[in-house]
Amino acid sequence: MTSRRWAIPALLALVVVLAILSVAVGRVTLTWDMWKAQDAISRAILIELRLPRAILGVLVGASLGLAGAAMQGYLRNALAEPGTLGVSAMSALGAVLSIFFNIAGLHPWVLPICGVIGGMTGMAALFVLSGMAASVLTLVLSGIILSALAIAGISLALSLSPSPWAAGEIVRWMLGGLTDRSFDELTIAAPLIVIGCVAVLGCRRPLDALTLGETGARSLGIDLNRAQWQLAFGIGLIVGGSTAVTGVIGFVGLIVPHLMRSLVGSRPGALLVPSAIGGAALVLAGDIVVRLLPGGSELELGVVMSLIGAPFFFLLLHSMRRKLT
Amino acid sequence: MTRPASNLKISGLQFRRGSRVVLDAIDLQLQSGAVTAVLGPNGAGKSTLLSCIAGLLRPERGSIELDGTSLHSLAAMQRARRIAFLPQTPEIAWAVDVQTLIGLGRIPFQGISSDEQDRAAVARAMAETEVAQWADRPVTTLSGGERARVLLARVLAGEADWILADEPFTGLDPSHQFEAADLLRSAADQGSGVVLTIHDLTLAARIADRVIIIDDGRMVADGAPQDALTPQILRNVYNIDAQWLDGSNGTPPTIAIHGRATRV
Repeated sequence: MTSRRWAIPALLALVVVLAILSVAVGRVTLTWDMWKAQDAISRAILIELRLPRAILGVLVGASLGLAGAAMQGYLRNALAEPGTLGVSAMSALGAVLSIFFNIAGLHPWVLPICGVIGGMTGMAALFVLSGMAASVLTLVLSGIILSALAIAGISLALSLSPSPWAAGEIVRWMLGGLTDRSFDELTIAAPLIVIGCVAVLGCRRPLDALTLGETGARSLGIDLNRAQWQLAFGIGLIVGGSTAVTGVIGFVGLIVPHLMRSLVGSRPGALLVPSAIGGAALVLAGDIVVRLLPGGSELELGVVMSLIGAPFFFLLLHSMRRKLT
Repeated sequence: MTRPASNLKISGLQFRRGSRVVLDAIDLQLQSGAVTAVLGPNGAGKSTLLSCIAGLLRPERGSIELDGTSLHSLAAMQRARRIAFLPQTPEIAWAVDVQTLIGLGRIPFQGISSDEQDRAAVARAMAETEVAQWADRPVTTLSGGERARVLLARVLAGEADWILADEPFTGLDPSHQFEAADLLRSAADQGSGVVLTIHDLTLAARIADRVIIIDDGRMVADGAPQDALTPQILRNVYNIDAQWLDGSNGTPPTIAIHGRATRV
């Protein structure tokens, strides 16, 4: 254990370095001299573009890493994650429907709230479908059902969309990214995500106890019913809040907890905070890569994460194959 | 270290699954400081009885009192501090190290005992079960027998008044069975109440102070091993011909099973 004490400070240092890079790097590289000169353009780039983007990256990355670690702990399965199990897609469906029915414009909060409702519905449906003692098979099948349902709903909304504007907006949900986000979006996402994170972090004890299985956890005095709904609420808020402002960014919750296990051990409760910090680092790094790639227009972050995440998922599944059959 | 005496009083217990009555009319008074073995054929209701006493299942009728307080009026954490439970086929979901796994037994004490006390309890449990040398090893790298010892240590770390173990010896070789039995025996000698379900008649005869036999949801025998494990009762319950053999020169008893009972 003592040898792992450096893990959290090292990860935090990595996040700080990446955050500074994220603020400095892009089509225009901000240098310390430009910042000191206080010219209006670099100020605008920093305050209006880079800073909200970096903060949002930290927030969304951290919360998605946390959500992934918590879902894996609860379902006792290293393949669980909001993106792969369709919870993010359900959340996107909620957001898309609010655009489709033209209620998103009523108030800035309508779309995120619809995203949150979608995410919570996805979590609840997942728990109902897969049950407590989820085998990999039932879990993955539940995820397929949820994803298929959500994608069908989104496609339906696309083909029936009332205006080209709505169709364009809807497409944006399917490709998650941090591009051109302002402090307005940040102020909407932050409270939802923070409340969600607090709810999830409150489940550390049940998640630890679940290492001994359902019966083991209950015999240790854990109220699993309560833990289940607290997680559905917290992860629903996290996924809904982040999807509403950045669209679907998958695989963060899959990759990060897996990497963190080798750093800090497998105890689910002890994995939460490192996974959050690691998630922030991964999303920041991904977003920096997106900006540095050559080409006319920026690639969306969600696409890059899927390009990294899908092969990772493949390798993980491959290494677990023997255990699954 | 001995702990204050505790008693469990079970009266008129009935448990149903759907329309099937799994347990009926169970009346039982258990005292701490003794090993009670619950025997009976598969499906007789042994595990259900243990789960009811552990507070994991709520019986339809009857009451379970822990030192005069209804078990179900206790908060789950409060109950978990008094009664530790080792499930049949225990699950270990993650490759945590041995020390961490045993520490999970302290979960009911979070916010109540200090880290110091928790560490001391884990160290005591590891010393008692002699697993300290594996403290930093992932549980998944241990053999079945080693893992059973670690899981027992997890239960002991709770330092509960009551230890309920559902078939703790299943899947262990004879030497590991005796080893686990000795650990439970010594927990009882230190004042804990140990209640376990078991299929091995000889092992039950050797380690238990009291044997309870359940058949088809009802108690059919309750007493000292030699009074409960009689040829007549064993024939009725298991349909076997078996015989209690006293060990000569103070060696422990054996129950010889001659085969299935021949019906006349």
